[in-house]
Amino acid sequence: MEVFALLIDGFVIAFQPLNLMMVIAGVVVGLFIGAMPGLGSVNGVAILLPLTFLVPPTSAIIFLAAIYYGAMYGGAISSIMLGIPGASTAVATTFDGRPLALKGLADKALVAAATASFVGGTISIVLFTLFALPLAEVALAFGPPETFALMVLAFATFVGLGGDDILKTLFSIFIGLVFSTVGLDIISGQPRLIFGDLTGFYHGINFLVLAIGIYGIGEMLWTIEVSQGEVLMSKATVSFRRVFDNLKELWFSARTMVMGSFLGYFVGILPAAGATPGSLIAYGVAKTMAKDPETYGKGNVDGVVAPEAANNAASTGSMLPMLTLGIPGSPTTAVLLGGMVIWGLEPGPLVFVDHPDFVWGLIASLYVANLFALLINISFIPAFIWVLKLPFTILAPIIFVLCVIGGYVPTQDMHDVWLMLIFGVVGYLMRKLDYPMAPAVLAIVLGPLAEPALRQSLIGSQGDVMIFFERPISGTIMVFAIFFLVLPLAKVAKNRRKRRDSR
Amino acid sequence: MRIAELVMAVVMAVFSVYLMWKSAELPIGWLPGEGPGGGAFPFWLSLGMLVCCVAIILRWVAKASPLSQSTVPYMTPETVKRFLLVAGSLTAMIALIHVIGVYGAVPLFLVFYVRFLGRHSWTKAGALAACTPVAMFFFFEIALTKTLPKGFTEPLFYPLYDIFL
Repeated sequence: MEVFALLIDGFVIAFQPLNLMMVIAGVVVGLFIGAMPGLGSVNGVAILLPLTFLVPPTSAIIFLAAIYYGAMYGGAISSIMLGIPGASTAVATTFDGRPLALKGLADKALVAAATASFVGGTISIVLFTLFALPLAEVALAFGPPETFALMVLAFATFVGLGGDDILKTLFSIFIGLVFSTVGLDIISGQPRLIFGDLTGFYHGINFLVLAIGIYGIGEMLWTIEVSQGEVLMSKATVSFRRVFDNLKELWFSARTMVMGSFLGYFVGILPAAGATPGSLIAYGVAKTMAKDPETYGKGNVDGVVAPEAANNAASTGSMLPMLTLGIPGSPTTAVLLGGMVIWGLEPGPLVFVDHPDFVWGLIASLYVANLFALLINISFIPAFIWVLKLPFTILAPIIFVLCVIGGYVPTQDMHDVWLMLIFGVVGYLMRKLDYPMAPAVLAIVLGPLAEPALRQSLIGSQGDVMIFFERPISGTIMVFAIFFLVLPLAKVAKNRRKRRDSR
Repeated sequence: MRIAELVMAVVMAVFSVYLMWKSAELPIGWLPGEGPGGGAFPFWLSLGMLVCCVAIILRWVAKASPLSQSTVPYMTPETVKRFLLVAGSLTAMIALIHVIGVYGAVPLFLVFYVRFLGRHSWTKAGALAACTPVAMFFFFEIALTKTLPKGFTEPLFYPLYDIFL
């Protein structure tokens, strides 16, 4: 069993003192970030990525993955206590978590959320461990056409499953890709899209500038706007005895937990889907399968369990395509992938061959992170509740400062800070008009990988686009991509027919 | 919302045309023996942006999307005020970094935000403004050895460098 040997090697790396510290620090930071309304894993990872240059890449990604993980646990805290989702991934948790809290059962909801997150995390990491190697081996046979086909699939899923306005999703993908081409043309070496002859554009637009702009500055502007007015905080009584009793009762939710975990994992693997839709789908399925669907939305523990198991499972799931194929499954993994490029690691299946310590150290650290997240979450519930009371007017300026410094540090160029501000403000103004921003971030990360793949394929085939359809693997991927692209058209046609029929 | 939807689409359409024109500085067609020219990828993608914008505008004219019929204001006067204050102070901070450096601009920004926008006590604002730069210095300059911009305050830091680096 090669996998186990590799996994044990991974544990040796994950248990190194520095890495263990990174896991714990990441989980704590992630829990706080997740618990704060308005900030989710992607914001935390994007804003804090520049700080990780302090440690080696393996420790850095372990830290960021632990944040990702912790944020999934933390999101539930504000969903339950404030009725405001701590992150979009915890939206479904408010449906039943909030009613439970209002009934005075906040602790029950919190323990259920933490336990479900743990189960979801564990099941998905086991699945991840089993799938990673075979998938990476398949991916090793990929040439440029397959790589490009995968990118097309990633973007197509955004169009087909993203649920946002299709034209605006496409626009967001295109603009992200165009921004990724700024700088020097990789093949001819000529300068390209140097706006206003500013020298700052010669080194290209760093994906972090866009990511921090949108998920740091843009997100804060957005939160400042929507968080006007007071919120009502629920009370939670936490004692060892109550936690224990709550854990015993959770046995009845085991089935929902397992269902949510599997569902979340597989939804998470799909690019564009990620943890938010994963948790919403799991909630929907749990409700449909339940014997008492009418109690959902009124404080059913299963309504907390399903989305929380699913969002943790999905966050692990979305790391599978990122590591094995080099295609991120969510905005957060897109930022992680960009980080890998900065650290000098070529994303894709070769990472498994060239840097096994990196990959398996990360995978093993997920097991560790999951356990720590559970322990820290349950034992420090009062501390996280205190965080929720922290006024936003103190938090916001600190985050703004972190964004500005984070935008400066990678290139040490003020040009990038200005660009980040522009992206943040314009991104906020566009988001108000329902332009989705995640596709643009994904596109700016994937652009530098997609363009050479496209150009190399076309050079190889002498300009014949059929190369993407004739090769068996890329052909299959393209068929799926076309399916996702056509999906919304079919929906529109169906809606029209319905409207006509109803007339 | 209705007007904003149109304005945004038009602005982005103009921007797409600019990007197309800018991409066309490099060859955008097929170069025999070399494959697609360097400008091809951004050019055709910018065209894609333009097509999306035009479609959004046409949809607006036909009133075929929820936003093109929306009567909700894009921003209430209260939101505009808040947005301008926050984005304005942020812009001012970044501009000031060029002159007085991060160690001057960041405390000013924090005091302005915490004291005047957040209406917290002077103690809180002062404490935050005092601690943040110290933490920043030790983390970025010492631990990460990434120098942050200091503007004309640069010479003040020479003794500190001597001690810590």
